[in-house]
Amino acid sequence: MGETFAEKVLGGKANEIVIAAPHHLLTHDNTAAIIGKIAPELAEYGVARPDLPVIVLDHVVPAASEKTAANHKRIREFAAAHGIRHFFDVGAGICHQVLVERGLARPGRIIVGSDSHTCSYGALNCFATGIDRTEAAALLLRGKTWFKVPESIRVTLRGALSPGVSAKDLVLSLIGEIGADGASYRSVEFHGDVAGLSLEERFTIANMGVEMGAKNAVFPADGITRAFLDGRGVPEEGYRAVWADPDAAYVRELAFDLGEVVPVVARPHTVDNVVPVTEEAGVRFDQFLVGTCTNGRLPDLRAAAGILRGRRVAPGTRLLVLPASKAVFEAALDEGIVADLSRAGGIVLPPGCGPCLGAHQGVLAPGERCLSTANRNFRGRMGCREAEIWLASPETVAASALTGRLTDPREVTR
Amino acid sequence: MRVWKYGDDVNTDMLFPGKYTYTASTPEEILPHLLEDLDPEFAGGVREGDVILAGKNFGCGSSREQPVVGLKAAGVLAVVAKSFARIFYRAAINQGLLLIACPEAVDAWREGDAIEIDAAGGRIRVGDAAFRFPPLPRELLEIREAGGLLPFTRRRLRKERNPGGAR
Repeated sequence: MGETFAEKVLGGKANEIVIAAPHHLLTHDNTAAIIGKIAPELAEYGVARPDLPVIVLDHVVPAASEKTAANHKRIREFAAAHGIRHFFDVGAGICHQVLVERGLARPGRIIVGSDSHTCSYGALNCFATGIDRTEAAALLLRGKTWFKVPESIRVTLRGALSPGVSAKDLVLSLIGEIGADGASYRSVEFHGDVAGLSLEERFTIANMGVEMGAKNAVFPADGITRAFLDGRGVPEEGYRAVWADPDAAYVRELAFDLGEVVPVVARPHTVDNVVPVTEEAGVRFDQFLVGTCTNGRLPDLRAAAGILRGRRVAPGTRLLVLPASKAVFEAALDEGIVADLSRAGGIVLPPGCGPCLGAHQGVLAPGERCLSTANRNFRGRMGCREAEIWLASPETVAASALTGRLTDPREVTR
Repeated sequence: MRVWKYGDDVNTDMLFPGKYTYTASTPEEILPHLLEDLDPEFAGGVREGDVILAGKNFGCGSSREQPVVGLKAAGVLAVVAKSFARIFYRAAINQGLLLIACPEAVDAWREGDAIEIDAAGGRIRVGDAAFRFPPLPRELLEIREAGGLLPFTRRRLRKERNPGGAR
């Protein structure tokens, strides 16, 4: 019997517990709380390896209060004192995007992070998964931890997405089908016609693995992966891709015809509450958000700008634009996308997590409704218990911002 | 002992709103906001030895550990649910909080039923009915028995870094 991706990377059979040393440990603004738990041990033993941590300040940036500013300062001082090699200060971007852009997410690597969307690096054939702060603290010191080798689900994709339909519609449809716990504890492998999905589209899909309960979600490494890494100065000799054997054992197998996927929306307050956009067409929104680690990359902003260029968002509504990184922002600037979105009425926010978790920037008021490209629509997520969050693709959010109502992007012609 | 009963897919934003994640980390800072968006009565009413009962996928969402730290500090004896989200489950092992995945026990509970838990024996009694749940694998039991992952790690570090030295 062959082995799954997870069994090969972790070196054990499904359901066994193994000890492994991750290549990287991602932490962000929560680094301050993590190092606060282990100050005496850090002083005595130091960090396990200076190239293990990847620290990105992104969650509440620029600082929104004295307390968050003091957290950032403590993290900067820690990074300097311990010679942390991969430290990215306020403004670099959202941790997941930065880690990928800097070529740190390489095929076959094990990466853990004290952020649930760490699963994003499965787009680059990493075994990547989220952990809690205490686990991160222990890893900083020891550099290794236990993993239960997950059972696996094989999702086979066939065909290609239709115009106006995006990877976000695909992953929301998948979550709608299997449920918010449909892949609980499991490794989700994407097989079949993945060559038609860009790296950014794979990122969007892997990013939402945790929203179906998955431990990790992963794509094979192929020419698209190699070209991306090559562009970041990482040659093929710098990694070793891993993939499942054809006769590996799966607990569940699913097939998706990409041509049948339509624009969908996840209604409040769970990510698996998914219906076609047409079923809820006309629902009014107060705020629109294009961006985040799910859909804040150049192709996402480009798709939104393509719809909004030369037009205006509906009166009485707000459009927030949140690029995933400084590099994305600058590329969008060079391409004229920032100007298009701004002139259409968009408010361009600094790269970071901002409104997605309701910490600051774009918090909702009671009774308001937001249509967002983020990954979560939980009650209270954007800072207000009495507000609604609906999730959709950048195309759907942009088309809806024009009308102020939920709109199928295929209806908006140029 | 009071039983607090909730439904399916209770996520970490309901257990501890994201807007506080970078301003509240200690048990004292966490407790007033615990379950704030799920049950405003909880923070003021929870007592040592209480039990939470819930449906499937308890603790889904963010990796924030404040819900676990808060429930442990509040003295919650155990969370009994139909299933748990994995980051939450791992965080509970790391904090030494007892989680029991036992759908039958959740379904059996009726208002007023007492709950008794024998963690070591893997037994839970709900009213007149008794159920079994599988114990943690040995490697993870070691972490919980050490009082959580940090005490466990401190012990390991002393061994690894000072071989033959004083314990």
